[in-house]
Amino acid sequence: MLERNLARRAPTVSPLVSEASVTVRPLDPQGRLAFRIKPAALAGRGTIDGFDLTGAINSRTSPEADSGMRTALRLGPDEWMLITAADEVDERCEAISAALTGVPHSLVDVSHRDVGFSVEGPGADVVVNAGCPIDLAAKAFPAGSATRTILGKAEIVLARLAADRFTVTTWRTFAPYVQGFLVEATRS
Amino acid sequence: MLLIDCPYCGKRPEVEFHCGGEAHIARPETPTAVGDADWGSFLYYRTNPKGVQAERWLHGHGCGRWFNALRDTVSDAFVATYEMGKPRPDRDAATASTPSNA
Ligand SMILES: [Zn+2]
Repeated sequence: MLERNLARRAPTVSPLVSEASVTVRPLDPQGRLAFRIKPAALAGRGTIDGFDLTGAINSRTSPEADSGMRTALRLGPDEWMLITAADEVDERCEAISAALTGVPHSLVDVSHRDVGFSVEGPGADVVVNAGCPIDLAAKAFPAGSATRTILGKAEIVLARLAADRFTVTTWRTFAPYVQGFLVEATRS
Repeated sequence: MLLIDCPYCGKRPEVEFHCGGEAHIARPETPTAVGDADWGSFLYYRTNPKGVQAERWLHGHGCGRWFNALRDTVSDAFVATYEMGKPRPDRDAATASTPSNA
């Protein structure tokens, strides 16, 4: 159902790619689950269906480097964004719900809500900082950090995979704005 | 830019936050038992001090959590921030333990 809807939906991002040393590229579709649970309700469970939930607030955990298929972004004390392959969302939902039978939690498939971009190359932090006010110094926001924040006028989720490699995800309707903003920032 | 010390995220830029007005105002448990004057006072009357006051703040473009803060309305300095449900910290103790962001 979701796949059909997504296939029908007009693309919201243009093929626009920056030509500067920092590249801004739209990411392929990903499965995204908004997951909320009180830490106490986890009752010591550190991992659910392969998602590592033990990360500190505003961090990104992925079981193996570059696997990318079971990534958990901890966005708040009781909130995670779980990222998986686009075609595995239903399986993940079922497995997580089964693991938490009887435990109060909220799990919502928001795969279609967001569009992601990679911002990569020497000076990627400066490009993100063109519109994002948080401190991206290696000490304040090292690789492995992830947080909800702002880029220009749009809310984004920013994750740092490496010193010069970020992903920026934003709501679909903000995507053209965010993409234009980032590409423009690579030119200046 | 003014930095606000979110109890969950640490120091973050003020544009990620929203102020929710004066803190520690309890809604009467039985509104029907409250007289008009008291209800009006609960709804509309706030302290509005010149100096330090306790306020509710929301880290909306961040962890999404509400928390309380002691802010000086004269200098706009945040004296302390603390989680919802915790009692208002003593001003002097807070000043000693948390330097302002000025
Ligand atoms: Zn926060």
